[in-house]
Amino acid sequence: MFTNYIFYFLSILALYSGVMVLLSKKPIHSVLYLTMTFFAIGGHYILLNAQFLAIVHIIVYAGAIMVLFLFTVMLLNLNKEDSSPKHIWVKAAAIIAGFMLGMILIGVFRGYDLQIVQQPMESQIGLVKQLGRVLYKDYMLPFEVSSILFLTAMVGAVLLGKKEQI
Amino acid sequence: MLLYKTILASAILIMSLVVAMYSTLIERKMAGFFQDRLGPDRAGPWGLLQPLADGIKLFFKEEFMPNTADKFLYILGPSLTMFIACLISAVIPWGPDIVINGQTFSLQMADVNIGILYVFAIVSIGVYGIMIGGWASNNKYALLGAIRASSQMISYELAMSLSIIAIVMMTGSLSMRDIVNQQQGLNWNIWYQPLAFLIFLVCAFAETNRSPFDLPECETELVGGYHTEYSSMKLGFYLFSEYINMFISGAVMATLFLGGYHFPFIDKLGLSPNAFAFVSFLVLFAKITFFGFIFMWIRWTLPRFRYDQLMRLGWKALIPLAILNILITGVVILLNQ
Repeated sequence: MFTNYIFYFLSILALYSGVMVLLSKKPIHSVLYLTMTFFAIGGHYILLNAQFLAIVHIIVYAGAIMVLFLFTVMLLNLNKEDSSPKHIWVKAAAIIAGFMLGMILIGVFRGYDLQIVQQPMESQIGLVKQLGRVLYKDYMLPFEVSSILFLTAMVGAVLLGKKEQI
Repeated sequence: MLLYKTILASAILIMSLVVAMYSTLIERKMAGFFQDRLGPDRAGPWGLLQPLADGIKLFFKEEFMPNTADKFLYILGPSLTMFIACLISAVIPWGPDIVINGQTFSLQMADVNIGILYVFAIVSIGVYGIMIGGWASNNKYALLGAIRASSQMISYELAMSLSIIAIVMMTGSLSMRDIVNQQQGLNWNIWYQPLAFLIFLVCAFAETNRSPFDLPECETELVGGYHTEYSSMKLGFYLFSEYINMFISGAVMATLFLGGYHFPFIDKLGLSPNAFAFVSFLVLFAKITFFGFIFMWIRWTLPRFRYDQLMRLGWKALIPLAILNILITGVVILLNQ
């Protein structure tokens, strides 16, 4: 019963801060609300007994990516409220893109047989041992290929960021 | 069980606060020793009441908030820093199990099987308090200090995590308790992983913003760094959390590298379980004190780094060394199989 209340609390927190990301006027507030959303989702992972996923989620998203976001927003000093009216084409493009993303999500969930997880606290899927076994036995090749992809992206970013000619 | 956990949590919290409080006094005494003077000795015998007097002074100072500050974030900054500083102690095993009325209780708040990663997660979100505070002050020195602090912490976090991976490879577990239990007697990790220990120690200095890595609050360039605009107890929280961080990072280092609460021949003394737990806790505390001494010793000995030296050390020396260490550890483990 107690976990139910935590679930509702985390869900409301995630939805509220997710909406506030869009509604806040200052970019820094948006970034902080986004961080809060990630923490709420991390809490959901803990409710599913996926401690490893929860912690990695917080390290990667809240600890690394959002700190970089905050860092960039601070460096560029995007403090002023961006009130310049957007062009009508930009608005139309945004609406169409959002609509299409929504369609994809609906399509995905319609084709998927949603199940209610029984005894979520006893699930062993998210523990380190299970995850390691799945990653390094069943999905070895895709895992390594995606890490090469990351490395390439990193080298590319460093190369683009370099000022002097190579 | 819930009652016991509450008592334990309060005990750990009070312990970290009191230790942090008295480390300020010890730090000033040490500074006096290194500079051939006495240090504070007016309040109480040997200046023992000095931290109390400092606390009262901070509480009664004028509360000042800049007009242009972001009110909510300005208050959130120091509170978050203090809160996060107190979080790590939850996964540190403070001693072996104790027995009360035939029931065994663990001296660790939460024995999660990802203890080390939890430490990393808290360390990596520790930068938020400083960034939020520095930005919300709406002052260029505070902002520069915050940006310095965050880039420093991001850079040294990487080397810190990489140096620990070698320990995880040796232990085969991410749980703090397992890591401690593998270091019985004098079988400490520091003998097997001296390089990892060195890297971790340097990164711990950088993460706690202690000299020689105290660029975020470099007075000669930045007035006061990220807490320029803070006064009263809000400033006190920032300064105080540094001492808590120092204590906790000492505890983490003692747990990971110096065998935690283990000590050779301690099981030969024939003590009852509770006395054994108490002596073990004292051993751990002695190790933490040793690290506290090193922190202070270096602070009053070495001058501050320049900013580019700091970045070069982090990215071009510590990270490659940590990766090399992982490689060597992997090869040795493979050869021993």
